[in-house]
Amino acid sequence: MSNTERPLSPHLSIYRWPITMTLSILHRATGVAMSIGLIVLAAWLANAAAGPEAYDRFAAMMATPIGRVVLIGWSFSFSYHLANGIRHLVWDTGRGFEKRQANASAWFVLIVAIVVTGAFWMVLA
Amino acid sequence: MSLRAPLGRVLGLGTAKDGTDHWWGQRISAVALVLLGLWFAVSLVVLPSLEHHIAVEFIGTPLNSVLLSLLCVTTAYHSYLGVQVVVEDYVHAAGLRITSLILSRFAHVFVAVVSVYAILKIGLAA
Repeated sequence: MSNTERPLSPHLSIYRWPITMTLSILHRATGVAMSIGLIVLAAWLANAAAGPEAYDRFAAMMATPIGRVVLIGWSFSFSYHLANGIRHLVWDTGRGFEKRQANASAWFVLIVAIVVTGAFWMVLA
Repeated sequence: MSLRAPLGRVLGLGTAKDGTDHWWGQRISAVALVLLGLWFAVSLVVLPSLEHHIAVEFIGTPLNSVLLSLLCVTTAYHSYLGVQVVVEDYVHAAGLRITSLILSRFAHVFVAVVSVYAILKIGLAA
């Protein structure tokens, strides 16, 4: 039986929100987004295999405003998750945990992700 | 010498001996996906356009077919591991949790097989 009277340890809402927390939840969110987005990649391949008509229909769907939003979201999720994933792999070696380092790498990753996404669409356009 | 009680051994209690498998699987596939992901992104940017004949030619080139298949399978694996953690964190009802995990596994294997089949179909027709 749980005792509801006992003191609780401070939870998320108690702390001033640091940038590292934003990146942490964004990593999970972009990961889930790409898990769903995997369907788009499979659909691209399947429609390419199905022939030009099917492929053009798929391309037209992706050219609609909703399709564009999905693809831009996809590319941002990709760049962000990739950059922050490398940050996580560096952490796994035991490096970069100091508060100042973690904050600096957080901003670095965020800026890289935005710049790469922008550059990607500039080149494609 | 083991300090464990014979009864516990008989009942199969204790560690399942695969405590770090999930962690390692996620990290190793992450390292592979850094390489495959960068390759895929650069390849898309370098392509003159994404019209059908250009896409098919790209997908059907042997090395690209192999790397794309690896990308799809590794991504599905990495994605399954990630979704599993998310489900285990947020879905508390035991029945719903195991159902979600089974559905997630089916979906991931399905998507991976669809992708690889499409790549092979294009690659072998070329």
